[in-house]
Amino acid sequence: MGHQPNINDMLLEVKNISLSFGGVKVLSDISFDIKRNEIRAIIGPNGAGKSSMLNIINGFYHPQQGEIWFNGHKRVSEKPFKIARQGIARTFQNIALFKGMSTLDNLMTGRITKMNTNIFWQALWKGPAEREEIQHRERVEQIIDFLKIQSIRKTPVGRLPYGMQKRVELGRALAAEAKLLLLDEPMAGMNLEEKQDMCRFILDVNDEFDTTIALIEHDMGVVMDLSDRVVVLDYGRKLADGTPDEVRNNQTVIDAYLGVVHD
Amino acid sequence: MNCRVTKQVAITGFVSGRSRASENGEVDEAGAIDAGSLADLLVKFAHANFSMHNFSENMNDTFPKFLIWNAERFGDRPAMREKDLGIWQTWTWREMKDEVFVFAHGLAALGFKRGDKLAIVGANRPRLYWGMAAAQCLGGIPVPIYADSVAEEMQYVLNHADIGFVLAEDQEQVDKALAIKENCRSLKRIIFDDARGLGDYNGDYAGNYNGAPLHDFGVVQQSGREFAKENPGFLEHEIAQCQGRDIGIFLYTSGTTGNPKGVVMTHDNILITSINSAKQDNLTEHEEVLSYLPMAWVGDHIFSYGQAYAAGFCINCPESAETVANDLREIGPTFYFAPPRVFENILTSVMIRMEDAGAFKQKLFHYFMAVANRAGIAILNGESVARKDRILYALGNLIIYAPLKNTMGFSRIRVAYTAGEAIGPEIFDFFRALGINIKQLYGQTEAAVFVTAQPDGEVFADTVGKPSLGVEVKITADGEVIYRSPGVFHSYHKNDEATRKTKNEQGWVMTGDAGYFDDIGHLKIIDRVKDVGKLRGGALFAPKYIENKLKFFPQIQEAVTFGAERDFVTVMVNIDLEAVGNWAERNNVAYASYQELAGHPDVYAMILKNIEQVNQDLSADPHVAGSQIHRFLILHKELDADDGELTRTRKVRRRIIAEKYAVLVDALYSGANTCFIKTEVTFEDGRKGEINADLNIMDVPYLM
Repeated sequence: MGHQPNINDMLLEVKNISLSFGGVKVLSDISFDIKRNEIRAIIGPNGAGKSSMLNIINGFYHPQQGEIWFNGHKRVSEKPFKIARQGIARTFQNIALFKGMSTLDNLMTGRITKMNTNIFWQALWKGPAEREEIQHRERVEQIIDFLKIQSIRKTPVGRLPYGMQKRVELGRALAAEAKLLLLDEPMAGMNLEEKQDMCRFILDVNDEFDTTIALIEHDMGVVMDLSDRVVVLDYGRKLADGTPDEVRNNQTVIDAYLGVVHD
Repeated sequence: MNCRVTKQVAITGFVSGRSRASENGEVDEAGAIDAGSLADLLVKFAHANFSMHNFSENMNDTFPKFLIWNAERFGDRPAMREKDLGIWQTWTWREMKDEVFVFAHGLAALGFKRGDKLAIVGANRPRLYWGMAAAQCLGGIPVPIYADSVAEEMQYVLNHADIGFVLAEDQEQVDKALAIKENCRSLKRIIFDDARGLGDYNGDYAGNYNGAPLHDFGVVQQSGREFAKENPGFLEHEIAQCQGRDIGIFLYTSGTTGNPKGVVMTHDNILITSINSAKQDNLTEHEEVLSYLPMAWVGDHIFSYGQAYAAGFCINCPESAETVANDLREIGPTFYFAPPRVFENILTSVMIRMEDAGAFKQKLFHYFMAVANRAGIAILNGESVARKDRILYALGNLIIYAPLKNTMGFSRIRVAYTAGEAIGPEIFDFFRALGINIKQLYGQTEAAVFVTAQPDGEVFADTVGKPSLGVEVKITADGEVIYRSPGVFHSYHKNDEATRKTKNEQGWVMTGDAGYFDDIGHLKIIDRVKDVGKLRGGALFAPKYIENKLKFFPQIQEAVTFGAERDFVTVMVNIDLEAVGNWAERNNVAYASYQELAGHPDVYAMILKNIEQVNQDLSADPHVAGSQIHRFLILHKELDADDGELTRTRKVRRRIIAEKYAVLVDALYSGANTCFIKTEVTFEDGRKGEINADLNIMDVPYLM
């Protein structure tokens, strides 16, 4: 496929992260990094702590120990919306869209962190608020074009099939123009064709918007093809970290997660 | 990315036949046409008149010349529209001419020469249409390819037509072209419209402008501007060199049987046919057309290219294949083509959505639809209608028909055509009753679409109309429809044998369809010539014609007729489980299985009524009156592709059914009233089972 992102410095580093809920240790002493412009996969069996890791990165959970460095700055404990403003967007394992709203409106919510007019102007609507919305609408239309979802622009999201909802959710994350995009099982529950489309979109997002992507996915074919580097978690511990080839041939990973082909 | 759209429509028809030649007191045989006959001379004279008439208007005989002329006469009128970021963008004829010319210069800079071929593959996009005109400006030949063809099919066309340049819509098409590049000896350069996803391809292909076989459309245009500055007058010279008799385009047939054939068309073929057909329907520069059918199909080439240039109207490219319905509504075309299936789907969705409406609205809808069925068609045909109905129709238009048409995007339609297969009369009547002027036409790629078309006010569900302007149509002694027209194709590319088989020395083209002209001069197509047989008594027997009539009844799923070399016609019927099951539910008819329902006396009575209706239709027409149905039975099982009784596209395999159910066929002709049959069936999981049944056979009254 000739996929050659120009990877340079680090965008995100997590160092010695430990997270527990009461007595349950979810993550212990995890460190890894994400380079600019790469596609980074996080894999592991159920309950390994993958989603918790994403929740830490976007500031929803606060780890008991460890530090997070994003874009060259050490993160201080902050509200998730402030972290969203710094340039981290995500999609969810269980689709979290506004079901009653149209695709277009859902994508527009992705722009909220970028809107500057205050409540007064928004209420007055004519003038700056309208001008601002037109600018944002243009950006959203570009994303609609990019994801080829023109036909569902005005359709309420709740009426869409699952694969389409996933695509809309990706669109909303893109609308936020994030530096780092976190995708939690973007291909879960999709058929082969939808998966192919989604892979294409992820690669194109990575190429055309220069977005760094961290994704959790169980489809090993997809993970190995898409990602530049893979980190493997198992019961809160890091098992391995490296290129798809290294991970695929790592005996501990095979034992814990990948398994072997049974003839 | 597998966004496959299958919208290929083959224009062929089914038919019915008295020879038109008999009107002239002689019957010609295909291939042995008496060219010296008076009738022929007259027709030739008329033909010459048409051509003279066309060229007396202007001296433009190619598409590029028309483009220049249109830019002069319709300079600021819209020529093309496409949505960008959800907003319709317009190009005027003048702007479009500039875009085409700049791209043509760019092509020349890339080394595109007279006689070179430019493959065009993708959905209906302005730039692809421009590419078509640009290639013609340079004396090249555009070759549109179906966007959903797989790489191997594309490779066949690229090699068969010796194509050097490909204009691809997007990454999907570029990927296909790159995948087969090694196997296409003549392929030199690929130009793409949408650069999305192609960013990282540069690394693989040298990257620099001259070395890379991959070019961005915009970049080609850019270099075209420089080329134009360095070579003033170049393009004008190239355009002047090309003439109407030169090859204008290759249109590949969709190739359902074997390899596709490249139909070679001259500028004259397409332009004269377009001018004539535009004149016939009074198409002007004010038409709006949505171009959503595959560019490689001759219909789109005529409707969205030929006629657009000839009449100077505006082409609207849908945003994507999925948004067509919405775009249709926004544009409100005045001239529209769709295969019968599309109209059927629209009708179904209207009916389903009405089911969800409130009781009052439903009542209103049904009341006014009854009014429309009574008066609408007559009003559209310009016939006299009772004053009360006229007033009611006007009221209905205000509250039902106009809003409904607006929802469907048909508010402004002046002329709509359908073709390709038989359309159900009730579908046809529904749209006509609403005041939408749907007409049928009969055409072929080889004829540049138009063979016959229904004139305004003479529209019937079961004919395909009168010969189009400039077209002569005859029926041979075998009942085959043949025609000759300015649109008749030049040849099949690299296939002289097929050309000779299809087109004789006098320019008559064999359609392979059997048909006849009815009393008012309308052509009826009944079947393929090879399927039409004769009863022992000599009466014509056209199985498909009768089966289609039967299948228009919702209760009948499939019908298989027998009669060739027999004394009379019989039929095996498959009931439609959904429709008949629904009926059974409403009428308290209990049944446990398909077999039981199919054998129910009330169901037999219902089907009998349908067949009587068909017989009545047939008896009204002296050509087919002899093929009325004498006896029928209802099959105890559904015909199934898994059992080899249908093709995968659900066409009846008559011969196999006749063998498999030989017992039943014998019984149909023996006069027995019941028949026992044992049938082996294949279940979906591959297991085999057996069905035993006693089938009733019923006689149908024969009408004189």
